[in-house]
Amino acid sequence: MNEQVILRVISKLLIPLILLYALYVQFHGDYGPGGGFQAGVIFAAGFILYTLVFGLPNVNRVLPPRLLETLIALGVLLYAGVGVATMLLGGNFLDYDVLAHEPKHGQHLGILLVEAGVGITVAAVMIVIFVTFAGSDE
Amino acid sequence: MIAANLPALQVVLPLIAAPLCLLLRREWAAWTLATAVSWMCLAIAVLLLDQALHVGPIRYFMGGWAPPWGIEYRIDALNGFVLLLLCAIAAVTLPYARRSVLEEIGRERAYLFYTVLLLCFTGLLGITATGDAFNLFVFLEISSLSSYILISMGRDRRALTASYQYLIMGTIGGTFVLIGVGYLYAATGTLNMLDLADRLAAISDSRTVRTGYAFILVGLSLKLALFPLHLWLPNAYTYAPSAVTVFLAATSTKVAVYAMLRFAFTVFDVSHAFGDIGLSRILLLLAAAGIVFASITAIVQSDVKRSFAYSSVAQVGYMILGIGLLNLPGLTGGIAHLFNHALAKGAIFMALGCIALRLRSVQLQDMAGIGWQMPWTMGALVIGGLSLIGVPLTAGFISKWYLLLGALEQEQWLLALLILGGSLLAVIYVWRVIEAAYLQPAPARQAPVQEAPLGMLVPTWLLALANLYFGVHTEVTVGVASQAARLLLGAAS
Repeated sequence: MNEQVILRVISKLLIPLILLYALYVQFHGDYGPGGGFQAGVIFAAGFILYTLVFGLPNVNRVLPPRLLETLIALGVLLYAGVGVATMLLGGNFLDYDVLAHEPKHGQHLGILLVEAGVGITVAAVMIVIFVTFAGSDE
Repeated sequence: MIAANLPALQVVLPLIAAPLCLLLRREWAAWTLATAVSWMCLAIAVLLLDQALHVGPIRYFMGGWAPPWGIEYRIDALNGFVLLLLCAIAAVTLPYARRSVLEEIGRERAYLFYTVLLLCFTGLLGITATGDAFNLFVFLEISSLSSYILISMGRDRRALTASYQYLIMGTIGGTFVLIGVGYLYAATGTLNMLDLADRLAAISDSRTVRTGYAFILVGLSLKLALFPLHLWLPNAYTYAPSAVTVFLAATSTKVAVYAMLRFAFTVFDVSHAFGDIGLSRILLLLAAAGIVFASITAIVQSDVKRSFAYSSVAQVGYMILGIGLLNLPGLTGGIAHLFNHALAKGAIFMALGCIALRLRSVQLQDMAGIGWQMPWTMGALVIGGLSLIGVPLTAGFISKWYLLLGALEQEQWLLALLILGGSLLAVIYVWRVIEAAYLQPAPARQAPVQEAPLGMLVPTWLLALANLYFGVHTEVTVGVASQAARLLLGAAS
């Protein structure tokens, strides 16, 4: 592993950028191409690159399986929770208009929360799939 | 507020409960939540069907976006009926599942089982409730992916290959549906089913639309295990955990049959599809071949679960026969059979799950003499078997009677003979089990076999008694089915 100096240095440079880019795609998704699915996959790609170059133990320490499982559930709950909130506020399921004092703000807030839920679940699922396969031959 | 949102809650409740089960982790908590949710869903389904029958179709706009731009949920007599079936099956399967899951899957992984089962339930409910062709595909994938996982949880390692086989076939089916929906979208620019129906009427001769139609029909035929696209089903049902077999056998193929009805009658122009292309003849031929071949295959199986899995392929043939007949009694019979067969197969697979729990085997030779040692379990299996054959006073008789009427009205004498002949074949494969269980001496065992626990017997008997109840009181099944059939045929004329 020590011989792979170039790999290690370059990935250390790239990983923060990948994560940052994921966040950009996540939040820019409100206005243009992007959103939770794409962002989640890009975010997970950062962790997958780290695992490929530096091995599994560190990733397992930062993101233990229990935490990933919780994140998967929380993302879906955030998504569905927004829908339940809109129903409680008197709208239809996922009718963001009622989330804020006026429809435009409501739509903005709703999309932001729902996409955050999607992003969390997608990133966690991608990492779980990779980590499971990577750990299966140990 | 709750009443207005019932169509959404029907699908959203299990969707919320699934991640909660994942967070709860404890087996008893996950089971309690899942069971409670399935009962709430049943209550919602009853309210929805009642409203759909007496007030008219319920329309619900997701996110407040009006169709055809937004996703619309639309509940009429047909899908209200299917929703009721799905929720009823879930509501009896979950109480049944607890003991069986502890035994076959284990306490540590049980919460994962309930999570995935709820996701599968969500997917099936979504397919049924939605009025949007693309949304239907999304839910089809949710239910399919979760059923692959459910099947792979089986105790036998062959469950993994069975699940993989189903994954390949199911993905091809799902992809075909997606390609078909894509063609329709390319031709019309809309995905809402009613809007599609409006626009397709003008351009039904275009090659794009015909290709799309073909893709959707073949894709759905794969999902509903229409002969000869049924090859994934026997292994999947045989090696899946008992509770999963009960749930999937009673729901998943039925929902695919519903989707086919929806596309063939609501979205596409019936007279065009069945007249010009000759779909009716194709469906009748495949259904007839399926009834004969699958029933004969069922007779020669030594694994009883596999034998009844083949029987499911044959029974799907009856439902498709009802669609192919294209008249009111035939279609009524087909839709009623969808419901009645779910009751019969549910009861049979539940009884087999009880036997698997005690005997750890469902091979025919191991079941010798079991009728005297597990009288209640075998009693339920016999009632389910009689209903499957179509003996008078059981639910199965009612739907086969209407199918027969439909065939006679069309003067299709061969088909009428086939319906009767199929029942005779069913007599043979049900009789083999009864003969082994009651007439053969039990082998000498170290300990006598105990009757199944009460928690599993009560749901099994609920379904068995439902077979008898709906064999006498037909106003719910036939009443709703004929109203749904009239709706589908009425949309045509």
